[in-house]
Order: sequence, then C-alpha cells, then structure tokens
Amino acid sequence: MCRLLFSVLSTFLGLTCVTFFIGRVIPIDPVLAIVGDKASMATYNRVRSEIGLDLPIPVQYWRYLIKVLHGDFGNSVITSQPVLQDLLRVFPATLELSLMALMIGVIFGIPLGVIAATHRGRWQDQVIRFGSLIGYSMPVFWLGLIGLLVFYAKLGWVEGPGRLDVSYDDIVPVVTGLITVDSLFAGEHEVFWNSLGHLVLPAAILGYLSLAYVARMTRSFMLGQLKQEYILATLAKGLSPFRVVWVHALGNVWVQLVTVIALTFGSLLEGAVLTETVFAWPGLGLYMKNSLFNADLNAVLGGTMLVGVVYIGLNMLSDLIYPLVDPRARERR
Amino acid sequence: MNGTLTWRGWLLDPAPVSRRQARLGRWFRAWLAFRRNGLAMTGLFVVSALVLTALAAPLLVDPRAAILQVLTERLQPPSSSHWFGVDELGRDIFARIVFGARTTLIIVALVSAIVTPVGLGIGLAAGYFGSWIDAVLMRITDIFLSFPRLVLALAFAAALGPGIENAVIAIALTTWPPYARLARAETLTHRRSEFIEAAELQGASHLRIIMSQIMPLCLPSVIIRLTLDMAGIILTAAGLGFLGLAAQPPAPEWGAMVSSGRQVLLGQWWVSTIPGIAIFVTSVGFNLLGDGLRDVADSRSS
Amino acid sequence: MSDTPLLTLRNLRVVYPGDEGDLVAVRNVSFDLGRERLGIVGESGSGKSTTGRAIMGLVAAPGIVTADEMRLAGKDLTSLDERGFRRLRGKKVAMILQDPKYSLDPVMSVGQQIAETHRCHFRSSMNAARAAALDMLAAVHIRDPERVYALYPHQVSGGMGQRVMIAMMLIAGPDLLIADEPTSALDVTVQHQVLAIMDDLVRSRGMGLILISHNLHLVSSFCDRVLVMYGGRVVETCAAGELSKARHPYTRGLLASLPELGRRRAELPQLRRDPAWAEG
Ligand SMILES: Nc1ncnc2c1ncn2[C@@H]1O[C@H](COP(=O)(O)OP(=O)(O)OP(=O)(O)O)[C@@H](O)[C@H]1O
Ligand SMILES: [Mg+2]
Repeated sequence: MCRLLFSVLSTFLGLTCVTFFIGRVIPIDPVLAIVGDKASMATYNRVRSEIGLDLPIPVQYWRYLIKVLHGDFGNSVITSQPVLQDLLRVFPATLELSLMALMIGVIFGIPLGVIAATHRGRWQDQVIRFGSLIGYSMPVFWLGLIGLLVFYAKLGWVEGPGRLDVSYDDIVPVVTGLITVDSLFAGEHEVFWNSLGHLVLPAAILGYLSLAYVARMTRSFMLGQLKQEYILATLAKGLSPFRVVWVHALGNVWVQLVTVIALTFGSLLEGAVLTETVFAWPGLGLYMKNSLFNADLNAVLGGTMLVGVVYIGLNMLSDLIYPLVDPRARERR
Repeated sequence: MNGTLTWRGWLLDPAPVSRRQARLGRWFRAWLAFRRNGLAMTGLFVVSALVLTALAAPLLVDPRAAILQVLTERLQPPSSSHWFGVDELGRDIFARIVFGARTTLIIVALVSAIVTPVGLGIGLAAGYFGSWIDAVLMRITDIFLSFPRLVLALAFAAALGPGIENAVIAIALTTWPPYARLARAETLTHRRSEFIEAAELQGASHLRIIMSQIMPLCLPSVIIRLTLDMAGIILTAAGLGFLGLAAQPPAPEWGAMVSSGRQVLLGQWWVSTIPGIAIFVTSVGFNLLGDGLRDVADSRSS
Repeated sequence: MSDTPLLTLRNLRVVYPGDEGDLVAVRNVSFDLGRERLGIVGESGSGKSTTGRAIMGLVAAPGIVTADEMRLAGKDLTSLDERGFRRLRGKKVAMILQDPKYSLDPVMSVGQQIAETHRCHFRSSMNAARAAALDMLAAVHIRDPERVYALYPHQVSGGMGQRVMIAMMLIAGPDLLIADEPTSALDVTVQHQVLAIMDDLVRSRGMGLILISHNLHLVSSFCDRVLVMYGGRVVETCAAGELSKARHPYTRGLLASLPELGRRRAELPQLRRDPAWAEG
C-alpha cells in the first residue's frame, strides 16, 4: 500500500514537472501576450513579476503545483472559462466512446486470443492472428474515414459524425454525461437509438484496435500457461479440455490481463484524439486538438494533465484489482 | 555451385575453428530459420522496399513532381500517367507517396537514433550499478512509462511548434522507457556472470566493461524490440501528421496527405485512401518483420 | 491378485517427429503390471516419463504413440479416442508429477482442486465434493483439513503440496497410479514421509503403482519389481530384492555408481554407455 502511494505520488509529481516544463519552454512569451509588443520595458517587467515569472524556478513550480492541486488550470483562451470546467464538460463524451470500445475489445478479444492459442498453428489461429495483425497495424484515423465513407455515406447503416443529430440536442438532461445512459434513464428511446447509431461506428473501430491488442496478448499469455505443468496435472485428473482451458489456464491469464486491459483503456483515451477528430466527436481529444491550433496552452496542458491523472488512476486500479485475481498478490500487501 | 556448397558447409560446421566462423555460423543459422517463415520474409520485403524507395526516390520520380501543383489536373483519378491519381492541389500522388517514404524513414531513423542510446544508457547504468542509482533511474523510467504517449507528444508539439524535428522529439520522449527496462533486465542477468568478474579482476573500468561486454549482449533484444515498436512509431508519427503537427506543407507526409484528402473523400476516394494504404502496409511490414525476428530469437534461446 | 493383469503393454513405441529426423523416445517397451508396485529407473531422457504419459494418453502434441497391445484393466487403449481416455484419467489411472510448486494451479485453492476431480468423475454436488476432499486430505495425513482446504498452492510447503497432489489424484479411486519422480523436488526430510503415505494408500486400496525415479535405492526399497530403461528401451527387469544379480552392463554400471556407506573408493566408476543397448 505504501509502495503504491509512493509510486502514484512520484508519477503525479513527474507529470506536473513535465507540464510545468512544457508551459515554460513554449516559445510564446506569456508576458508579451498580455502587454502586447508595444509596451514599455517598465510595464513589461511589472507584469512579469505580477504573474510570478521573476521568481526562482522551484518557487514557480511550487505555485504551479498548488494551483493544479486546487484544480486550477487557468482559463481557456477560446471558451474563456476555467479549463477544468471545460474538461469536465467534454470528458464524458470521450469516456462513453472509450468504454464502449473497451467492452468490445475485451468481450471479443479475450475469447479470440484463447481460441488462437488452443488452436495454435491451425487455420483458426492463422485467421485470428492475421485479423489482429491488421488491427494493430491500422492507422485509426484512416480506418475511421473509410468507415464513414462506406457505412455512413454509401450504405447509410450508421449515423454520421457527432454524438447526436442536431434535432435531438438538449432533450435529455445531463446526469452522467453518457448520452446513451442518460437517454435510457430519461426514457427517451428515440434519443437513445440515435446516439447509439452515432456511437456504434467509432466505438467499433476503436474496439477493433483494442480487440487486436487484447487478442494478441491473450494468445501469448495463454501459450505460456498451456506449457505449464499444472495443465498436465489437470488433464491427468480427467478434466475436460474446455475446463482446463477456460477455467485453469484463463484463470491464470487474468492475472496478466489486468495490466493489459488498463493499458488498452489508456491507449483508447489517446486514440480518442484522432478518432474524435475524424468523427467530430465533441470529447476531450477534439477539445485538445482545437485548443492546440488556437495556441490555447492552458487547455492543452489541462487536457494532458487529465489524461495523465486518468493513467495514474488506471495503474492504481489495476494494482488494486490484482489481489482479486491472484491469491499470491493478496499477502504481499 | 561447388563454391556455395562449401560456404554453406563452412558456415554450418558444428565444430567451428575460429570465433569468426562460429559467429557467422550462428547468424547464418538464424537466417535459415528466419527464411523459412513466409510472413517474416514478407515483412522483410516490405521494409526493404520502403528503404529502397526512400533512398532512390529522386531516381523513381522527378523530385519536383511531389510538390508541383498542376491545377488543371486537379483530382484526376488514377490513370497510366498518374498511377495513384492527383490530389486536390494538382500534385501527383504517386510522387508524394514515394517522397513520403523518405519522411517516414527519416522519422523512424531519428527516433531510433535517440531512443537506443538513451534507453541503453539508462538501463545499463541502472542494472550495472544497482542500489540507489537503479532505484532513481527506474523510478524516472516508470514515471515516463506511465505517460500517455500521443497526448504528451501533442503537448510537446504544442509547446515546441509543429514540425518533423519536434514530432521526433515528442515520440522519442515517450518511447525510450521500455528500452531502459529491457536493457536493465538483460544487464541483471549477466551482471554476476563469470566473464564480467574476470574483466573486473583484470582491472577493466566500469565504462569499458559496460561498453565492451554487456552492451553487445543487450543489443539483439533492443533491436528486436525496436523493430516491433517501429509500426507504433510510424502510426504515432502519421497520427501527428494527420493532426497537422509533423511535416509542414507542402512537404509530403502520409498522415497529412490522408488529412488533406478528407474534404474530397466522397467524390475522390483515392486522395485519402492511397496514403492510408501506404501507412498500413508499412506498419504491417514492420510488425511482420519484428514478429519473425522475435520468433527466431525465442527459438534460439530455448 | 486376479489373473488378468492391470496393465499390459506390448511393443509400445512413442515417436516425436522433428525437423532433423524423428526422435524415438520409447522403443518397443513391453511389460505386465498386476496390483503391484513397479519401479522404472533410467537416466534423463531414457523415456520414463514418456512411457507414463503414453499410458494416460497424454503424450505431447507431435508425439505419435503406437503399440501392438495396450490394455488397462481389460480395456483396449490403442483404439481409444481422446474422450475415452478422459473417462479413464483420474478414475482408472492417475499421475503424480514431480514438483507440486508447478503442478498445482496457483490461482485455485488446493481444496477446490481436489474437489474438482471428485465433481468431474462423480457429478457430485459442491458439498459432497467438499466433504470427500476433506476426507481425502485427512487420508494423506493432513492434520487440519478445513484450514488446508482454503489454502493456495503457494501457501503450502513442498511436502504438503505433494500430499495434496496425491489426494487430488486418488480421490476418484483409480486402479493405477503413475508417480513420476514424486519426491525428487522435495526436501530429503519429507521424501520418505510422502512416499510412505503414498505407499500406504496404494496398498490399502489394492492399487497398482508405477514409480518413476532416478534413484535406484529408493525404487528398490519401495517397489516389488524394477524396470531399467536406457535410450527408450527396457534393458532389464528384475525383482527389487535381486537387483544385485542384474546382468545387464548398464544396470551393473548404475549399481556400481551408487555410493555405499562404509566403503571408500579411490575412484568413482564412470557409467559406461553403449548405443547398441538401445538398438539391440
Ligand atoms: N514434447 C516433446 N517433443 C519432442 N521430444 C520430446 C518431447 N518430450 C520428450 N521428448 C524427448 O523424449 C525423450 C524421452 O523423454 P522423457 O521425458 O520421457 O525422459 P525421462 O526418462 O523422463 O527423463 P527425465 O529423467 O529427465 O525426466 C527425450 O529425449 C526427450 O528429449
Ligand atoms: Mg521425466
């Protein structure tokens, strides 16, 4: 527990160091941005000390850290609102997309990986390996474009970019921020189906990529487990291969999969930057991208910090989940 | 014929007489195992094709064609004069793909050139010296390891401004930690070996032992890992390009080409599709090559 | 003892096809086994484990098993498919592996692993299987079965782990137990204890036992009969008490290299090998 706390804290400090550093090396002079380039040297220096840039770096960092801990990332230049408020507004959209994709990845990826491992070298294995190779070699933004072209523009099977058709906007009150969930609880079935129609393509595409990764890792972990002596012992007891594979081998693979799933979720959040750009999905990724091109550094760094914190949270979560799947980890705590 | 036969025999000799023969023989055996793997050979072919295309780009197409805008030919579909069609600014897509291979290769090469020494240096130092050096270095590595790669790259690009160099720095900064881990693990397995102790007894300096004894042992696994990571690096670079953060127009870059074709996707599919296929094929190639290399290494070590 | 032997093997062959030619792991092994204790000794790679696995239908993937005759309790094994073997495993023939550290599933409690065998063969309820498992734990001299039931493999010692393994394999009441080096991973102090427990159960249940080992001493003191294998072939069969009368040069070599108390030797004899023994 102590170790975990230490690692979380040090990672958080590292993260703030990096964002602080990025905030300082940016070639735009923040003072100049405020006073304009016609200001006198005296005004320049006054503003400079007002925003604390003349202080020693450690002191500046300390001030920055305190602000971050209070959730103060400054104001966004574009929306002129506190960045934190913006982040909390856009994050649920990203969460909805990546959770859906993660579900697809885990629900299909694990069984496919298991099947590939148990059929090693046979056609099932070849097909699954090939399919996942394509998945993790795929540029997600390109696949998104092709998907939109085929399934939306040509076939009309799914809804287009965005989270909802404009006519459904603002019908459902925001509770969780996940439109599918909110509309279901509000009993707005039309809104639900519409939002699902918008969600399904980007989620399927992201889901495919995470499926590819999960299946690949599951396969290799399973191959490792199937070589173990205890597999021979369970077979010698007379258990069915089904039970040996899905209970005993997979039970041991879970231990390793916990990290993989956490990593997958992390990379889904990242992939969101690209997918959201393609699908005009109003989430964190799109927000960061737009801020980037409007030189809204506060917003970009705030977003980086948010994703970083979620990453740290995921690491922590997987550390907490380990003992549930691995009895050996229960005592070490 | 006779000559090749004896070469083969010399290489596969189970009782090599010189160190050189033994080493070459080992490589040759690995190559024989690698050659039997069809997918890995496909990967090798794709990667070689990429490298050759990149090197010979000016010979394959007129260098000006990649940026020359012939507005009268805008958005022409693929034909015999424009194999991959023409983009929205009237540039030949084939020429841009060929020169885009250069951009890709440069990014990959630069990232490797940064990541390998940094990762090796940190990992070797941590593994060799142990104690608090190890603890501190590995803590730093872990911190970087738990950063979101693309988002951090984004933040760096935002701070440093768009451009290939900054994209490379951003990618490298988020790529090195696994290499440090790897090098450290390899070092630890050899740290207590007798040949290291022998070198220490002979009074060799730490630096000398690390460079001449331990590093060569780490290199193979680092190279394999690098090949396996290459696809990810290419995809990240293309992603940054797609967002407009890597190569700046009019320089040809595949990700940016996909992005610029978006406006005309419905009517002129090829503008976006073809660079996307180029990214995909390259990344498949590196993945196949990396998998093949890893299989050879695994079967040799077991 | 009944007239029909428990196990009959005639010309058992196991071949592993490989890139550089086939590897014949077991060559024409033949023997009969009653409700007795048979030891198999031989050096590493001589095909002892492979023989045991062939009887269970568990030879690893590329391996090919052929035999003129292979019968277990009157049942023909040569014509048996995987499903048929599955019905025998655990119920008619069971196997104990070398190291309990690796041969128990690390993420399932040992009690559940024992009960699982019971449930699999008797389609018993949770409670019945649990009760049977607790009885079985008591039968292998575990003092506090309730407590041990809930332990995980990493929480039990080697000796206790191997007793758990014995319980797990014997709970469905097999007629034949194959113990593949059951004690070589254990502390010397508990080796005898574990063997004694196993021996006791095998005798009281009237089972057959095949004890595979490197250790000639151990085999000759626990078994009725000893097979000596070399290069996949049985080179000698003799009663345990008459090992000293063994004729085959390989067996004699093995005997000669055993250290003996009270006798000092200037030079340890080297084990002589001859490829012709495997061919002959
Ligand atoms: N799965 C396999 N594939 C190929 N060859 C195998 C396989 N399993 C065993 N062998 C080979 O079969 C031969 C006999 O092996 P086996 O394990 O039966 O020997 P053993 O007498 O049990 O040796 P040990 O005392 O080391 O356990 C060995 O040469 C071994 O290399
Ligand atoms: Mg064996």
